[in-house]
Amino acid sequence: MSDTPPGDTVLEVRDLHTHFFLRRGVVKAVDGVSFSLKRGEVLGLVGESGCGKSLTALSLMRLLPKGGARTIKGEVLLGGENILQHTPAEMREIRGRRISMVLQDPQTSLNPVFSVGDQLREAIERRRKGASLSEIMKEAVAALRRVEIAAPEQRIGQYPHQMSGGMKQRVVGAIAISGEPEVLIADEPTTALDVTIQLQYLKLLKRLQAENGMAILFITHDFGVVGRMCDRVAVMYAGRIVECGPVKQIFEAPQHPYTRALIASVPKMTGPAGRLTTIEGQPPSLMDLPVGCRFASRCALVEQRCLDAYPRSVRVGDAHTADCWKVSPP
Amino acid sequence: MKRFIARRLMQGVVLLFMVATIVFFLGRLTGNPVDLMLPEDATAEDRAQLTQTLGLDGPLSEQFLIFIGKALHGDLGTSIRMKQPAAQAFFDRLPNTLVLIPWALLLGMMLGIPLGVVAALHRGGWLDRAAGTVAVLGVAMPSFWLGVLLIFVFSVELGWLPSSRMGGPEHYILPVITLGTFLVAGFMRITRSAMLEVMESEFVKLARIKGLSETTVIWKHCLRNALIPVLTLWGVFVGNLITGAIVTETVFAWPGIGRLTYEAVIYRDFPLLQAVIILKSILILGINLGVDILYAYVDPRIRLA
Repeated sequence: MSDTPPGDTVLEVRDLHTHFFLRRGVVKAVDGVSFSLKRGEVLGLVGESGCGKSLTALSLMRLLPKGGARTIKGEVLLGGENILQHTPAEMREIRGRRISMVLQDPQTSLNPVFSVGDQLREAIERRRKGASLSEIMKEAVAALRRVEIAAPEQRIGQYPHQMSGGMKQRVVGAIAISGEPEVLIADEPTTALDVTIQLQYLKLLKRLQAENGMAILFITHDFGVVGRMCDRVAVMYAGRIVECGPVKQIFEAPQHPYTRALIASVPKMTGPAGRLTTIEGQPPSLMDLPVGCRFASRCALVEQRCLDAYPRSVRVGDAHTADCWKVSPP
Repeated sequence: MKRFIARRLMQGVVLLFMVATIVFFLGRLTGNPVDLMLPEDATAEDRAQLTQTLGLDGPLSEQFLIFIGKALHGDLGTSIRMKQPAAQAFFDRLPNTLVLIPWALLLGMMLGIPLGVVAALHRGGWLDRAAGTVAVLGVAMPSFWLGVLLIFVFSVELGWLPSSRMGGPEHYILPVITLGTFLVAGFMRITRSAMLEVMESEFVKLARIKGLSETTVIWKHCLRNALIPVLTLWGVFVGNLITGAIVTETVFAWPGIGRLTYEAVIYRDFPLLQAVIILKSILILGINLGVDILYAYVDPRIRLA
């Protein structure tokens, strides 16, 4: 369990830059991301595909994909320590125990040739060094029960292919939290699940979070899920967070034109059915980012200064900021 | 699973018939065994009599039907040269070949699998290239050349190891190296490519997220998955070793079925040649089926499907 009192910052990310260094150029996938996460808080990280959400998460875990990805600048402070400075061995100590992650696709997240119990055991063993196998297996059964898997005593000996997608994702969840981390990153954990299962899984995550007070960085492209899960939300566009604030404020009074467009494009369940709203155009190439605002090419309110310089961050409310020239402080 | 095995057995029967046909007619192309058995000044009468004794008179199609008919009753004929049932000659020599195979496989895997893992871990680096070079050399070196080279160095020059025939453990070393070298490359390359694929998978990411050591991630989580294609190769290689030991056994005068095959060809011993090839085919079909069943033990997805 975390030693940090509730409300204190457990994770702070400052000016994170993770780029892909390829032969044909530099892809600035994460380019100046800053946010903080308090104990017991759920922060949503939203944005369209390819905006750098997942790479941000992997940068925090320091598990960047092979093929030229490097974090070149910034700080990731976990309990005040910059983990970007840690040695690989120190980093391994932290993973699973202090910061953990649930991946997107439950079908591929579990190793097909080891039983579920085996894979849970490995995670539990790290916390319970020296415990006997029967103690650990007892704890593994308890972990499965905690993620609401029926008949965990039987399931523990089964292999991933014998389980449904929803059940596998519960197992992944059980593995991720078995080290009782302070921070859990959930990278679109419900995207690959059926809609009915999605809701169950979200409720489960909420419950687990309430039980052990971990902070969750919830990555999604689904605003509906944000409303259900998150306390605050950070909107990411082309490698940067363009707006961040409490969920209620973002939904009721989005400031950044991109946030507004995103919220407008969520289909409404009430009122007459019309055409779905879309955002015209394409995000800029991450290899050739404009000097000014990155949303300028798609923005209806664009003017000259938007093209000339990246906008300053404007504080528009309590813990609510937006990077836009057209937004003025209240 | 039962249906799968039944289907494979049916296919095996068809394949065996084709093999029998090919070996029967191809064997006759080597010439007439009578020429080898009789002195040069033999009379036409002697020749005709021997031809009849050997059952080589009459049209080829008739000979073929007799051969197939007998084979269906389990009679693969009598060796012309050895004057004993051909099948018996095969089974007498088979153990001598089989004792080499586990050692050659072991050598191939003990060098090939770790080399493949190391190559995958250092993809594109000098270690990868070095392992690749070793692999190419292993495949490119013909076993008749490697065998003779080994004999020259270790038997003739250094006098450390015997150059031929079966005997104590020291007799195994050179033939096993000759057979195993070819396998190292195969095991290395398939392990490397399987590892590269597995290392990119999400479950490996999750293993790292759990905070497992790199050793556990690579040698447990990755390798166990990468071993599935390695097992396929196993089937191919055992087959290759049984059939391909011809050259190695000839070089080392090793009294196995490889050398028996060679002798059958050289002496135009048609019944023996036919028996050896057919029995080898049955052996390989059996091994391939065995490997498919073995998969089930490594990969639980197959076990329960």
